Order: sequence, then structure tokens, then C-alpha cells
Amino acid sequence: MSNTSVNRESRVSRTAAMALMLLLAIYFLLPIYFLIVAATKPQGDLATTNGLAFSHFNLFDNLRVLFTRSDGIFGRWAVNTVIYAVLGAAVGTLISALCGYALAKFRFRGREFLFSVILGGVLVPTTALALPLFLLFSATGIVNTYLAVFLPSIVSPFGVYLARIFANASVPQELIESARLDGAGEFRTFFSVAFKLMTPALVTIFLFQFVAIWNNFFLPMVMLQKESLFPITLGLYQWNGQTARAPLLQQSVITGSLVSIVPVIIVFILLQRFWRTGLAAGSLK
Amino acid sequence: MTDLATRASTRVVTSPGGRRRLNGGGPRAGTITAFLIPFFLPFVLFYLVPVGYALWQSFRAVHRTGGQYGTSYTSFGGFEQYQKVFENTEFWSSIGRIGLFGVVQVPVMLFVALIMALLLDTPLLKLKSVFRMTAFMPYAVPGVIAAIMWSYLYSPQLSPVVDLLNGIGLDPDFLGPGAVLWSAANISTWLWTGYNMLIMYSALQSIPQELYEAAKLDGASNWAIAWRVKVPIIAPSIVLTTVFSIIGTLQLYAEPAVLRQISSNISSTFTPNMLAYAVASGNNYQQAAAISVVIAVITFVLSFGFMRLTSKRAGL
Repeated sequence: MSNTSVNRESRVSRTAAMALMLLLAIYFLLPIYFLIVAATKPQGDLATTNGLAFSHFNLFDNLRVLFTRSDGIFGRWAVNTVIYAVLGAAVGTLISALCGYALAKFRFRGREFLFSVILGGVLVPTTALALPLFLLFSATGIVNTYLAVFLPSIVSPFGVYLARIFANASVPQELIESARLDGAGEFRTFFSVAFKLMTPALVTIFLFQFVAIWNNFFLPMVMLQKESLFPITLGLYQWNGQTARAPLLQQSVITGSLVSIVPVIIVFILLQRFWRTGLAAGSLK
Repeated sequence: MTDLATRASTRVVTSPGGRRRLNGGGPRAGTITAFLIPFFLPFVLFYLVPVGYALWQSFRAVHRTGGQYGTSYTSFGGFEQYQKVFENTEFWSSIGRIGLFGVVQVPVMLFVALIMALLLDTPLLKLKSVFRMTAFMPYAVPGVIAAIMWSYLYSPQLSPVVDLLNGIGLDPDFLGPGAVLWSAANISTWLWTGYNMLIMYSALQSIPQELYEAAKLDGASNWAIAWRVKVPIIAPSIVLTTVFSIIGTLQLYAEPAVLRQISSNISSTFTPNMLAYAVASGNNYQQAAAISVVIAVITFVLSFGFMRLTSKRAGL
């Protein structure tokens, strides 16, 4: 191991590996860095100054404009996003957990059949669902309401799949049995025993579903015409389409994009051990 | 759905009073149903029913009485809608475009992801968690926002990248007719490389170290270990990421839709999903349904086909 040629070879590969990873890191950070820089500039500086260098620091003014534009519609979009993505993922995680736990821990006829139907659901492209859902919802008058986006979002077949794997791995059957012997009902057992053991898994499912809803652009676009119901993504998309006619919107699109992604990125950095568990479980198959 | 559950467990032991559990057996059928219903009711309503409805719609045809502006009614139309889909040249060009996109973008992205995962799994690198985090960060960015960010980097007026390339004598046109597909491909690559890398990396982490020791004793180099030992072991993860990528490619919508706002080189029927939406906006729902069904079937065939093919080859 102390052979010098081996050392030299490893030094070369070390340097090459670091260089490659640094290059890729720059690639991944470039758009976000550009966004941070651009969000701090006055509109006039966007086209006239170097995009990678800070100029006049105008971030607070940009934020004020962003949140007061069109009677503060951006704030409304932010609230809607929380309703769709945070509340939707929370409800979705709970129902996935109940279902996945039941599929893992209860024995009943048709269990494997139900599970394969759910797995089939993972493969259905969500964009293929959006158009027929629109027709069904317009027949029932749900179109253009919060429910039109919220209700379909709570269903996550992938969440049930993960919940079943995690329930199998983290809730020992003996604990359930002993809770039953102590006279606890099944729901009581689930909420006071299983829920706690499954908490890391539930955070994972929540994160994955949050991202799925947050990313789903097609569904809200098909369902919603009323601007006041838009999530941030759809609102910014619409503003972005108007920048040719209203160039001043550009700065708000940039600032709005930054405002919308920074909190999510921070949450992801803080919760990284959870999504890593989820990815590991996803790769087991 | 629920009657399957109602027939319940064979392990339930019922006492004369109708109350269960003498030996700590499973819960009652009603209880099981109560656990399953909160998921299955919305699953049936918002997944299975729309799929069925799309199928039903796709076999309907619109008829008009009294000329083009007369009243219309729909009836069973057999495969008429599907025939129209297959005769539609715009459909085939959108499929061709997305096929070209997928054949280039998916392998490039997964190859970069694999190299990154393998490097992170060696002792060669420092700052591993920083690199891991940086690559994964785009996953938290929705496709629309990513496309908006990149479109500023593509636009000749704002882009520091264009400035930089101009500086060295190049004059790139990221939104030109030949380039715009690859500009969209770059956005997908940026968004998903880190996600795929982490799936592969997690799989690498679960390989027992003794395997490497054995290969080293046999005189295998680091490269040989990476390609002959590690890659074959994590093949299932590579298959999984490929299937996810195929599904994602066929669903492409947000990124080209955003680029369309600044480039005249993206039509309203650029991808199959954009075509379906354009047709639905023209109130031709039966035709849009048929297009959606065809996209879903192609997705199924390609992902299952790929899984079958690779699992036979690799003997997984």
C-alpha cells in the first residue's frame, strides 16, 4: 500500500474526481445562484449588468412589489400552495399510513389483490388522469374550486407502497398483540403504538407526496381558471407569459421564484435523513 | 372493493357474544375496512373511475345533425377515435420528438448519475455530503420554476452564459429550432440527475464491504470493482430509475410549456401531453381521451417491456 506509484495514481484520480464533482456542483447551483443575484437587482439592471454579479441591492423593494402586486395575489398563491401541498400531503400521508399498515399487519382475503391494484396505480401517468378528472369534476361542479386540486392530490399509491414496507420493517407484531391483550382497539393501537414507531417513515412519505403535489402543474392548470385559487407555480407561469407585454413583471417572476423555492430547499436540507430513508426503500425493489 | 375485506380473516376467533379475540387474532372485518376506506374511496374515485371514464370516452364519437353548427350527440364509435390518433401527423411528430428526447436525455442523465454515485461511494472524494446535497437540491424545485430559471439563462438579453460564450467567440441560440429540444432536455437533466444518483447511491451503500475485500484480494482494480461488481449489483436500481425516467419523459409538459412562452420554436403540440391538452381545449374530449389512453398504453408497454427485457438479460 505504501508503493509510490499507487499513491501517485490515487492522487491523480482524487484530483480528477474532485474536479468532476466540482464542475457538476457548479452546474447544479448555477440557476439558483443566478436567481439569488437577479432577485436582488432592480428591474433595470437585469439586462444591463452581469447576471452573475450583484449590483444595486434592491431585494426588499422587489419583495414589497411582489407582495403588493395585483392586491397581494402572490400571498394568496402562497396560502393556496400550503393548502394544496402541505395539507394535501398531510391528509394523504395519514390515509396512506392507515392503508399501508392494514395491508402489512392484518391478514384478510384479497389483500394481495388490493396491493397489486395500488401498485398498478403507481404506473398511471398523472397527466393522463387530469383530463378525464376535469370532465368528471365539471359534471359535478367541483371544477374551479379548491377541492378540484386538493382531492385528487391526497391519493398517493406510492405512499401506500412505502407505508406497507415501513410498517413491516418498524412495527413488531408482538407489540400489536400485546396492545390488543391490554384491551386497546385497533385504531388506538395504530395511533398510540404504530404511529410513533412509523414517524420517520411518515415524514418520508409526507416529503415525497409534498414534492409530487408541489410539482404537479398539469392538474391545477386543467382544473383552475380563477387566479385566486392558483398555487404559486401556476401563478408564476401566468405572470411569466405576460412579461412580453408587461416587462416589469419579470422582476416579480424572478423574486417570486426565489421566495417559492428557498423555504422548500431549507426544509429538505434539514430533513435529509428522512428522504434518504425513502430513497433507500425505493431502491430495494 | 370492500366486500373482499368484509369476508375477513380466517384467524378471527369469534366468541358467543359476537366479540372477537380469544387468542389475540386479527381485527374484525369492519375494522379492517375502516383502515382501508379512507385511502380506497378517493383512490377509486380519483384514479380508477377517471381511467375507466377516459376509456369509455375514447370509444365515443361525436355526431352532428343539420350541418356543422347543428346539435351534436355522442354514441359508440368503435375505434374511430384511435384511428384518428394514428392518422394524426402532429401526434406522430410529438411522439418522434419525445422519443428522440428520451433516447438521448435518459441515458446521458443516468450515466452522469451513475458516475456521481460511484464516485461518492469511493474514498476519493471529500465534502461528500455537500456534493450529495447540491445534486439533490433541484428535486425541491418544481419543473415550472426550474424552466423559468433556465429560460432566463437561455435568453440572449439576460443570460450570463450567453454573454460568456459570446466572449469566447461563440454565438449560441438556445431557443433556436434545432436547439430548443435540447434546452428542454437540459432542464430535465438538471432536475432529476441528483434524484436518480441518490437512488443508485443508496443501493451502493447497502452492498456489504466484504465483497470488495474479496475482489481486491483477487487483484481487481478500483475500476474493475466499480464496473464488474458494483454496477451489476445495483442493476435493479438502474432499471428502476430508467423506468421512472421513461414515465417522466412521456409526461413532459411543464418545461416545454414554459419555454414556449419565450420561443416561437415550440408549437402547442410539441409533446404528446401538450397535444392532448390542445385537443381538449378545442372541446374534442373524445379525441383527447383517446390520445391520453394511447400515451398511457405506450408508457406501460415501454416501462414493462424495459423491465422484462433487462430482468431476463441480467437474470434478476
